[in-house]
Amino acid sequence: MTTSVPAAGGAPRRRPGSAGRRQARAAWLFMLPTMAVLGVFVVWPMLQALYLSFTDYEVFTPARWIGLENYRALLSDPAFGNALVNTLYYAAVTTPVSVALALGLALLLNRRMPLRGFVRTAVFVPVVISLAVVAIAWSFLLDPNIGLLSHWLSQIGIVSEQGWLRDPSLAMPAVMIVGIWKNVGFYMVMYLAGLQSIPTALYEAARVDGAGPWPRFRRITWPLLANQTMLIVILAAIATLQAFDQIFVMTHGGPFFRTETLVMMTYRIGFKEFQFGYAAAISWALVLLIFVLSMLQVAYFRKRSVTY
Amino acid sequence: MPQDNRALRLTWRLLTAATGLAIALAMLFPLVWMVATSFKPEPEIVSFPPRLLPETFTLDNYIGVWERLPFTRLFLNTVVFAGAVTVCSLLLDSMTAYALARLRFRGKGAVFVLVLVLLMVPFQVTLIPLYDLLAGLGWINTFQGLIVPRLTNAFGIFFLRQFLLSIPRDLEDAARVDGASEWRIYWRIVMPLAVPALLTLGLFHFMYNWNDLLWPLIISQDTSRQTLPAGLALFMGQHVVEYGPLMAASVLTLLPVVVFFIIIQRRFVAGVATTGIR
Repeated sequence: MTTSVPAAGGAPRRRPGSAGRRQARAAWLFMLPTMAVLGVFVVWPMLQALYLSFTDYEVFTPARWIGLENYRALLSDPAFGNALVNTLYYAAVTTPVSVALALGLALLLNRRMPLRGFVRTAVFVPVVISLAVVAIAWSFLLDPNIGLLSHWLSQIGIVSEQGWLRDPSLAMPAVMIVGIWKNVGFYMVMYLAGLQSIPTALYEAARVDGAGPWPRFRRITWPLLANQTMLIVILAAIATLQAFDQIFVMTHGGPFFRTETLVMMTYRIGFKEFQFGYAAAISWALVLLIFVLSMLQVAYFRKRSVTY
Repeated sequence: MPQDNRALRLTWRLLTAATGLAIALAMLFPLVWMVATSFKPEPEIVSFPPRLLPETFTLDNYIGVWERLPFTRLFLNTVVFAGAVTVCSLLLDSMTAYALARLRFRGKGAVFVLVLVLLMVPFQVTLIPLYDLLAGLGWINTFQGLIVPRLTNAFGIFFLRQFLLSIPRDLEDAARVDGASEWRIYWRIVMPLAVPALLTLGLFHFMYNWNDLLWPLIISQDTSRQTLPAGLALFMGQHVVEYGPLMAASVLTLLPVVVFFIIIQRRFVAGVATTGIR
């Protein structure tokens, strides 16, 4: 709001001509279907979820306002604490590992080399296919009796009697590996775009000054990729906090809830136990988590980004 | 010494090529396993020790898919769901993007801020009230229930708005002076110019919905409306796992997307690189 707006309430400074009015009417007509869909099927449910999180709504009983009771219950619910820790653990491992691998792959595949196109395609293919479907093949690979990967791993001494997906300490690493495998190509492509936007003159100048590969990376590549890294880390963290598909297929949150993430728990409480109010509170906890992390990251990288 | 240098460079080239090949094979390994298993006879699948490649080649698993699953039904459901969402979403997204990028009206800033906010909110938070709403409408386990809530989305609007801002507006201004209606300008002038962006976005929409699990899982209740990912995930959970037919069904599910991707790889990868959406 600027001070030049008259206090008499929203009257436009310049009276729009009939052409302007026609354009405004056209604009709202163009947006009408979108506004209707977003309003009814996105914005309303979002606010409704917030409202429900303050009620004890279950599928066959009407909603009753209980204030902060659900959120208070969440804080003392070991199942929620477990899902929160699992979600953070999953995100804290898969985000940095995916981003670091993606950077390494991008650096490798940005140079001239034989088979470059084939390798890039192979790394990117998991991005475009269904995680739920390919997770079935991963479950099979890790089957303790007939799975090829678990057989190969047992040959090099990594044995799991009950199988990776039933082993409380190995189930989470298994779904993490699948998550990383699925998304690393996506971040690699974003890094490749960043690398290609760095002017080669900078590297030539550095080489003339006698800078080796590590100083060139440290002083040119890494700082100039800072914005790209910010974007990738944020996208990766937000995506990992919403992990669901491969967990649903491979472990269903088990064994002993060891791989139950917040989205998995929302699904269980909402659609298996039909405690809609409580499930809505869990999903709002996820919104909060994603929001806080995005803000922290933006603030952090804003301070550190460098432009030349 | 030039000879030494050349030998060194050749070794280096071979080394990077070998590293690249190893990476590619590791990434493709689960898919190779899936395809190889789908052609193995049952006794080979359950034998120990497991082998990667089939010794005898059979199509039994592909026939088995249709015996164990209503595969044609699931396939058609997925085509209808992903196809309808893609087509309708391109239309609605682009109409809104046109208004935001090209027309002058009060409240434009507020609409754009709303789009940005919706871009940040994870869709899972709407699941429970949305289920409730669709149940009230009698839309659970129907195509309209699956499709209508996805008819437009914040990312599509944002993506097309950015694209439209980047293309010149001389043609439109000339048409406007000639008294063409806004609809005519949108449909006849702007949309043809936006074809590359529409194709990229259409791909994203199609792929996202073809692959999605959580949404169809909740809104469909039986195989009459399940999509392939939901149908296969539930089949895996409910039965004694028969990996042969499951792998064959998985191959058939992934194949259209992979073929599609390989044909238009360049556009697709460029889209990811510039926007950062999967």
